[in-house]
Amino acid sequence: MSDAVSALKGASFDGLVRVEECGLQGMITLRGDLSNRAVAKAATSVSGQKMPGQNRANVAGESGICWMSPDELLVLVPYSEAGAAVEKMTATLGKVHSLAVNVSDARAVFRLSGPAARDVLAKLCPVDLSPEAFGPGQFRRTRLAQVPAAFWMDDAETFRIVCFRSVAQYVFDLLKAAAHPAAAVGYHTSVGG
Amino acid sequence: MSARIATQGRLIDRSKPITFTFNGKRLHGLQGDTLASALLANDQMLVGRSYKYHRPRGILASGAEEPNALMGLGEGGKFEPNQRATTTELYDGLTARSQNHWPSLEFDVGQVNAALSRFFPAGFYYKTFMWPKSFWEKVYEPVIRQAAGLGAVPKERDADTYEYFYAFTDILVIGGGVAGLQAAKAAAQTGAKVLVLEQTPHWGGRAPVDGGTVDGEPVEAFVERTVAELSAMENVTLRTRAMGAGVYDHGYALGYERLTDHAPLLAGPRHRLWRIRAKRIITATGAIERTLSFAGNDIPGVMLASAMRDYVVNYGVAPGQRVVIATNNDDAYRTAIALKQAGIEVLRVLDARNSGGGDLMRQAHEMGIRIDCGRAIARVKGAKRVTGVSVCAHDGEGGALEEVACDAVAMSGGWSPVVHLWSHCGGKLIWDETQAHFRPDPNRPPTGADGEGFVVPAGAANGELMLDAVLSDADAAGKLAAKAIGFKPKRGKVPQGAGPEEAPMMPVWLMPARATTALRNKAFLDYQNDVKVSDVQLAAQEGYESVEHTKRYTTLGMATDQGKIANINGLAILADSLNAPIPQVGTTTFRPPYTPISMGAIAGEARGEIFQPLRRTPMHDWHDENGADWEPVGHWRRPYAYVRPGESVHDAVMREVKNTREKLGLLDASTLGKLIVKGRDAGKFLDMLYTNMMSTLKPGKCRYGLMCSENGFLIDDGVVARIDEDTFLCHTTTGGADRIHAHMEEWLQCEWWDWQVYVANVTEQFAQIAVVGPNARKLLEKLGGMDVSKDALPFMEWRDGQLAGFDVRVYRISFSGELSYEIAVPACRGRAFWDLLLKEGAEFGVMPYGTEALHIMRAEKGFIMIGDETDGTVIPQDLGLHWAISKKKDDYLGKRAQQRSHMTDPNRWKLVGLETLDGSVLPDGAYAVAEGVNENGQRNVQGRVTSTYFSPTLGRGIAMGLVLHGPDRMGEVLEFPGTDGKAFKAKIVSPVFYDKDGEKQNV
Repeated sequence: MSDAVSALKGASFDGLVRVEECGLQGMITLRGDLSNRAVAKAATSVSGQKMPGQNRANVAGESGICWMSPDELLVLVPYSEAGAAVEKMTATLGKVHSLAVNVSDARAVFRLSGPAARDVLAKLCPVDLSPEAFGPGQFRRTRLAQVPAAFWMDDAETFRIVCFRSVAQYVFDLLKAAAHPAAAVGYHTSVGG
Repeated sequence: MSARIATQGRLIDRSKPITFTFNGKRLHGLQGDTLASALLANDQMLVGRSYKYHRPRGILASGAEEPNALMGLGEGGKFEPNQRATTTELYDGLTARSQNHWPSLEFDVGQVNAALSRFFPAGFYYKTFMWPKSFWEKVYEPVIRQAAGLGAVPKERDADTYEYFYAFTDILVIGGGVAGLQAAKAAAQTGAKVLVLEQTPHWGGRAPVDGGTVDGEPVEAFVERTVAELSAMENVTLRTRAMGAGVYDHGYALGYERLTDHAPLLAGPRHRLWRIRAKRIITATGAIERTLSFAGNDIPGVMLASAMRDYVVNYGVAPGQRVVIATNNDDAYRTAIALKQAGIEVLRVLDARNSGGGDLMRQAHEMGIRIDCGRAIARVKGAKRVTGVSVCAHDGEGGALEEVACDAVAMSGGWSPVVHLWSHCGGKLIWDETQAHFRPDPNRPPTGADGEGFVVPAGAANGELMLDAVLSDADAAGKLAAKAIGFKPKRGKVPQGAGPEEAPMMPVWLMPARATTALRNKAFLDYQNDVKVSDVQLAAQEGYESVEHTKRYTTLGMATDQGKIANINGLAILADSLNAPIPQVGTTTFRPPYTPISMGAIAGEARGEIFQPLRRTPMHDWHDENGADWEPVGHWRRPYAYVRPGESVHDAVMREVKNTREKLGLLDASTLGKLIVKGRDAGKFLDMLYTNMMSTLKPGKCRYGLMCSENGFLIDDGVVARIDEDTFLCHTTTGGADRIHAHMEEWLQCEWWDWQVYVANVTEQFAQIAVVGPNARKLLEKLGGMDVSKDALPFMEWRDGQLAGFDVRVYRISFSGELSYEIAVPACRGRAFWDLLLKEGAEFGVMPYGTEALHIMRAEKGFIMIGDETDGTVIPQDLGLHWAISKKKDDYLGKRAQQRSHMTDPNRWKLVGLETLDGSVLPDGAYAVAEGVNENGQRNVQGRVTSTYFSPTLGRGIAMGLVLHGPDRMGEVLEFPGTDGKAFKAKIVSPVFYDKDGEKQNV
């Protein structure tokens, strides 16, 4: 059987910031009562990360938990482990009312890195991206130009952005346009990129 | 004549000459010039023709308020009409064209309008073109459209790019003059985050030209020092060439940053639209000088007094050599002094006040300038440029006392605060009797969600016109804004401004005060729309009392400058004509943007490839490389057909249908919606959502279902598969995926919040491929890995398994009437699986097919299509789908509505098949006519076509339609008039044209 390929096969662009498609990422939508211990355990046991608070994410590399809504988490695991992780979570959840479903193939993930990352993303998302308002540990679901997206920061200069797979090319093209070398803003960072 | 002078010019660099063209003529300017100052330096006093009378017009102002000097700038993809020369920074190679003239600026045919101007009074168009009614569309409108409008429409695609920037700040300061800078400083010193927008490339506004001192040093030094201080502060962002364009609810504001207009060769976006959220907005937008309404006040060479000294001081350009100045206030003396200092002859200052002015007048007098108090301009002489003025007593009718030959006239009618941004979101104004202007009413600011005012005016924009008052007002504004959002202002020393004492101004709305009709006929209020004093007076005489009505009747203030200069003078004339106080007449509404902003900036990044999101399936690239003729379906593109070399699209569709019916077809069905519905109450939930029973479906099986709105109308359909006891997978239409997901969430969250059901949209998780045709099973058996036989996987069941090593879920469902498997694989392997099917299917005659082949095959089978047979007014009962409506259920969404009298009316049109007598194809959407005509004289109708195709399988046109009593009228022939005179005759038949017993799909 052939290998799975991500939507843009790792495409990248260097401008004001570096834009790259991250390749395959395991992702599981978990819906349930987040205060339920089995729900928390299902998420933490497969990701090795702690439960995040509201609007927050605990992510390390390819593993993590992101808070999506009062009854939804996005659980990150390595791509190849997603199927097994769903089975394990479903077993952990038992009879607790919940839904764990593999959505790894339904999404694309981008990394935006560089000192101007906040300025670049602020061209597309109506979000306060100043360091006081948004930093590592936080998670935001929003709109990226005309499509839904979510993101968190791996460090002070790096965003990871999740969107639907079908619009991966659109999102990549948007990020490229926003990262045009001659389009520095210098609002969040005094340097251009 | 206007010309460059050897002295002055604080903004120009005389060592950097620039070449540009105006109407094709090569001219020279300097780095730092505006297009306006460069044109004046070249003695180009005539810069355009007016809108209605095509009168010659010159540069009136030096900033955003300019009504006359509108240019077409650039060429080809960079061409843009209606650009103000006064706010256009000159660059090497700039090309400008004047507007609204034919055949040339110097000789214009349209000026005949001016000769006939007494036949073009206010409301002329309304009055004249009312009759006869039929003339409007055919005669008047085309002629008026030809003659009307400033500027030319760009013909080429815009060559530039644009972008947005979402900024959040504590305080937004609009305007970077001394008030804006001081307000920003006062606010920033509290620790608040401050963003300052200045529309010009320079800080300090008018102050460096107008003079005065701050704490003992020249105001220019204060500006420089304050900008340096603000630049050094971490919490402050300063942007020049960035206009505050509009203020909206909840502290939302638009900033319009012009990044490359001053240097179009620079790479990067041309404009950036700042979409700002501010907790407080300080409007430090300054004030605009008013014109004086005397006859001939629009002749090139007549200019605002402040603009005239701007050209001298900022650009080293003399707008004239021998100048007459008319004023009703002290400020114009600054112009007299500046001109005199630059060596320009000031012939007269005509001060309408009998007692004249204060310190500045004395200073001018001491410099030897002749000052005549109580005097006015009766009329300006000249055509394409000023040649002289008639001087009269202001308090008279205009009888000339003397004639003065001159080549330029400066005028000052007093100052109006720029209250636009204060007013955009509802800030109210009060009339200041002393200064004769409207200024913000501090008690009625625009309010936010908390009921508190969120805009604070500062400086001249707040009606403070003296430097000292400007600074203290701005300082207080900055502190007030910061304090309101929780910052603690420190008590600091407020900079002390100092300037000359000024005597009170005297309101002058008409010059001379009792000017004759002939003079009022040439006294312009609105230069851009050619509205004169006499027009507003006529409107009042004809009964227009409301300023908003007068505006529309006369077009006062309706041009691209929105009456920045004209409005106050106009409403003062109206008030005078109505014998009403000015505040009672009030102003028209101030609307954003402050000056026009580019359409490109509004569109932002959304153009070209990223105009809209384009959704791509995992197989998109294959389709693209193999002749896909694309059809937009929502944001998706689906192949309509795969066109081979030498084929027409129709040929391709016919081939695809035939091949699928006879051999093997592949369809990319990935776009269809897939919703997981899970929980203890999932069955109960789906029983409510679908018209038929879903809770009785056994795991492993599929069932086709219909979904209705609560009003009973059919909104979606699709196959539901039961995965396990608690889990269902609901297929939706392509366009329905997001909509039905939201529909489910709405009912779960708002109505049935206590039901245990979760929904997840997994549409994009899977690439789904329909393998269709008599050879379908052979191909899957060749791939191997699971039993796909009739017994192991019967029609309307599904199985998980493997095919050729791919993890698959196989549904035996059919939308074509053929043996059909829909196979879902994880999207990241979709393309590989598609490629494999094509490769291994070659021996079975595999061929992909597009959406049109899909449509034809479903129509041959009589299957309905959401959006064709439904249009939001159709219920399942109309479509003969009673079999899919459960009689056993107590309730489902739409059930109650479907029992209402109109829904059960036997006269509702019902679905039937239609077969043309001659085998031709019925026009889509055609109506079947009935006897007689309706009250509009149109033929009565009794049905319409909902789907129509040429069926290659049957070799004839087939159609479906909704027909009155249709199912009871089998065999009857209906008449369908086409649009080209031809009428089609079609027989009512069963909608199932092909394989009526379903034998082909159930093998």
